[in-house]
Amino acid sequence: MKSVQKALLGRKIGMTQLFAEDGRAVPVTVISAGPCFVVQRKTVERQGCDSLQLGYEELPEGKRLNRPLSGHFRRAAEKADKDVPPCRHLADFRFADCSYYQVGDRIAVDVFEVGERVNVVGTSKGRGFAGVRKRHGFHGGPASHGSMSHRRPASGGATDAARVFKGTKKPGHMGNTRATVKRLRVHMVDAEKGLMAVEGAVPGPNGGLLTVWRPAGADTPGPKAEEDK
Amino acid sequence: MSAITGIEEGQLRTDVPDFGPGDLVRVTVRVVEAGRERTQPFEGVVIARRGGGLKETFTVRRVTHGIGVERSFLLHSPRLEAMKVLRRGRVRRAKLHYLRGRSGRAARIKEDRRG
Repeated sequence: MKSVQKALLGRKIGMTQLFAEDGRAVPVTVISAGPCFVVQRKTVERQGCDSLQLGYEELPEGKRLNRPLSGHFRRAAEKADKDVPPCRHLADFRFADCSYYQVGDRIAVDVFEVGERVNVVGTSKGRGFAGVRKRHGFHGGPASHGSMSHRRPASGGATDAARVFKGTKKPGHMGNTRATVKRLRVHMVDAEKGLMAVEGAVPGPNGGLLTVWRPAGADTPGPKAEEDK
Repeated sequence: MSAITGIEEGQLRTDVPDFGPGDLVRVTVRVVEAGRERTQPFEGVVIARRGGGLKETFTVRRVTHGIGVERSFLLHSPRLEAMKVLRRGRVRRAKLHYLRGRSGRAARIKEDRRG
């Protein structure tokens, strides 16, 4: 991931439709984002990379954590001199300005503003071993007139090559991979409930883990920022 | 799902009248045309209500100059200015798509005079 200006982990709640101020109905995805805790600060000198490690989703009371991880959170708490709850998920982000946050800081949804553009990363829904129509959008063969090539991939290439070229589109496993959707507009932020809504669809099933982030240097409005006023 | 209904709740309209398929209604919508805003009435028979929560829509059908016109509205849209039930219809199904194949006397709907 590139250098980030701000980032949060969250979960996809689901999609719905909301009305904008001008009365337009906007399709949105509701995300329960954050709170995240800064668990560790990594530096070029020690770890080879300037980044912050964020933890998301506090472990429920009574849930046991293995020794290395519980030590990791304990050290964070000692360093911050305040409680850093053990979290289920940890992720590193190369913040453009790592000194902006201290270890132990709590980052909530309100870092995002309505109207700004964010990227959302998730794990796409797994489709299993998918045929060539679903996986690559092939058109398929004729349905009738004795055709037996309904959903087949047809030719795999020329015969004089006597081999199949690398990268030839074939059936195979589809989905369940990391997927990013860029430049989604933040439609709503509810700091109280820890929810945000972004315009459009987001990869993965409801309840799937997501990363919402904004690239560093995104302050310079691109040509499209003019359109959405 | 409850988090979503919570978000939708704030935008739900409470001022929509109680109506159903078969009712004759007049809907006034705000339209923005050439940068100017004006209202536009549409009168006809409700032939369907579909969806739930904030996403609920209804379809109104009328016949003008011998041509059937159907228009769907978002029930909770802020662009819906006003809505009035002019006549209650007595029908036995939820979707009145059968009206599309009928005209004149065959497309009549009995008035519901109860309560």
